[in-house]
Amino acid sequence: MGLRMIVTVKQVPDTHNVTGEAMKEDGTVNRAALPTIFNPEDLNALEEALKIKERTGGHVTCISMGPPNAVEVLKECLYRGADDAVLISDRRFAGADTLATSYALKCAIEQAGEYDLILCGRQAIDGDTAQVGPQIAEKLDINQLTCISAVTEIDEESITAKRSVEDGYEIVKSGFPVLLTVTASANEPRSANAKKVMTYKNIGKEICNSSYDESYMAAETCAVISHVKEWNVEAISADPVQCGLSGSPTKVKKIQSVVLTGCESRQIANSETEITNLMNELVSENIIG
Amino acid sequence: MSNKKNVMVFIESRAGKIAEVSLELLGAARDLAGKLGVQVEAVAIGHDLKNELTVLGHYGCQRVYYINDERLAFFSSVPYAKTVVNTIKAHNPGIVLFGATTMGRDVAPRVASALKCGLTADCTDLKIGEHQIKDKTYKNTLLQIRPAFGGNIIATIVSPESVPSMATVREGVMKMITPNPDAAVEIINEACTIADNDFLTEVLEVINEEKAVNLKAAQIIVSAGMGASDPEAIELARTLAAALCGELGCSRPVVDSGILDKDHQVGQTGITVRPNLYIACGISGQIQHRAGMSEAKRIIAINKDPNAPIFAIAHYGIVGDVKDVLTKMINAYKKA
Ligand SMILES: Cc1cc2nc3c(=O)[nH]c(=O)nc-3n(C[C@H](O)[C@H](O)[C@H](O)COP(=O)(O)OP(=O)(O)OC[C@H]3O[C@@H](n4cnc5c(N)ncnc54)[C@H](O)[C@@H]3O)c2cc1C
Repeated sequence: MGLRMIVTVKQVPDTHNVTGEAMKEDGTVNRAALPTIFNPEDLNALEEALKIKERTGGHVTCISMGPPNAVEVLKECLYRGADDAVLISDRRFAGADTLATSYALKCAIEQAGEYDLILCGRQAIDGDTAQVGPQIAEKLDINQLTCISAVTEIDEESITAKRSVEDGYEIVKSGFPVLLTVTASANEPRSANAKKVMTYKNIGKEICNSSYDESYMAAETCAVISHVKEWNVEAISADPVQCGLSGSPTKVKKIQSVVLTGCESRQIANSETEITNLMNELVSENIIG
Repeated sequence: MSNKKNVMVFIESRAGKIAEVSLELLGAARDLAGKLGVQVEAVAIGHDLKNELTVLGHYGCQRVYYINDERLAFFSSVPYAKTVVNTIKAHNPGIVLFGATTMGRDVAPRVASALKCGLTADCTDLKIGEHQIKDKTYKNTLLQIRPAFGGNIIATIVSPESVPSMATVREGVMKMITPNPDAAVEIINEACTIADNDFLTEVLEVINEEKAVNLKAAQIIVSAGMGASDPEAIELARTLAAALCGELGCSRPVVDSGILDKDHQVGQTGITVRPNLYIACGISGQIQHRAGMSEAKRIIAINKDPNAPIFAIAHYGIVGDVKDVLTKMINAYKKA
């Protein structure tokens, strides 16, 4: 049988290339204006799931919430060896904070069926909150192991893992079901498999608007999936009020460009004399010894 | 007990010792509580912590709810989160603060999820203010301030309809107050009501690792950015740091590129430092970096771009090539 695994993945703006224009007036992000990438630590979560599958057997379903073109990160999952991919996409999910996001993902995970292990990247580089994983675990009422930098043992009964903490690490053990958040040091994510790229490059999405999605049951039985499933609010039986902006208790009140408060600044010329004078000055002021 | 919406701090302890970040948060909580006319409370979870708790009073805490149970000696997500939820439900704080540590970031989101309340990660400032939604004005709401998205944006987040409002704050961001050894804290013992089958994590081993660098304690930090990331420049920065008895820091992309270890990273998602002297070498000075070092007593910026934002917060600015300037500094110091 093996373990039934879910990996949550996110398409994120490449935060190395973000400018002020990327913010909309309501304080949310204009994602359309930014290049997007696969959130780095989600790749580590996927890699860990694939490694576990190789060790114990199992099934890996990747789930992403995002705009229609987030299907790209799901295809990336299939290229690497995921068995199944689900996009949850609906205008009503837009503007979600971590609470509303975790609610939607929780509904999607329940819709996807039985699971033993959920793997999330520790955090996404667009917000760095690290909140969604634990919030999903709480909503599903299951245990969590966060900040995991290595899975040391796993079988059908339990998982043992190394958890990074401030002054070292802990070795922790849990039964199933459990949610893991995985850090960048856990592994080196594999790259896409050329054969799988050929297989999945041109697959489409199959949109499902009702909560009776039988297509997903069918997919379990075939070796090669034919599409990425797309689920909306109804398909995951979510309460629309708890989704998106209306389900988000945190609001952005204000966005400010940073005004650098100038301090008294002295220009030091790049010359031996001026630099020597500066060092001597710092010594005489006891700043350096 | 008071029925006012007090400010509550989650007290983190590891191996029976209270984390510094918790004491720092008590100082922030005192400021917030002062503005709201309420009290500073805390929730402490663990085993045999009683003797440690008196120190909370010295740092501004008036009352601590103490949940003592042998089973809570080691951290475990579900029991810790449920205990915090129970304490919040019993005492109705208006604001709850957590350290943005591996423990705080594990517990706080679970608590926020259970209570369906707002939570803002990694705040760099907390204030009290008002917020308007349509024609309703929320007075005395928590303004959760954090850098967001990209280089130059500061977002103020509010969660006025959620009670409580919650935030995590990194270690070193808030200043600890001068302790007052005469200030006492009222310790209220509360029973642990968590069932055995909620203890789902078994901690098999706890291993302490000495950090290779201790930026927090360093009085002098020489920090390398992408403009000082080739091996030769890193070596020069390291040499200057060693000569000055300081430590080597860096910006995040230097860590992301695998050049230096995460323990060296200064900034919003790294370490917050307050040294006597910070020498920024080839660092542009984006907000997330500045969030971790702008409180340094003196800042020297070395950058080849005269318009680099780092110069705006530097006390001394040197426009030039890092290797060239660092070499001159090392030579000058040897002579001095
Ligand atoms: C959510 C989030 C969290 C973040 N957290 C952090 C954090 O904790 N810490 C952090 O540092 N960053 C953080 N960042 C990244 C931050 O936004 C910047 O990208 C980063 O600080 C830039 O690093 P840098 O200045 O080293 O590199 P760059 O921005 O690439 O700047 C390099 C500088 O070096 C100068 N230079 C180049 N060559 C030379 C030379 N030969 N001599 C002299 N000068 C030279 C250039 O003029 C330039 O100013 C975060 C970003 C996000 C989105």
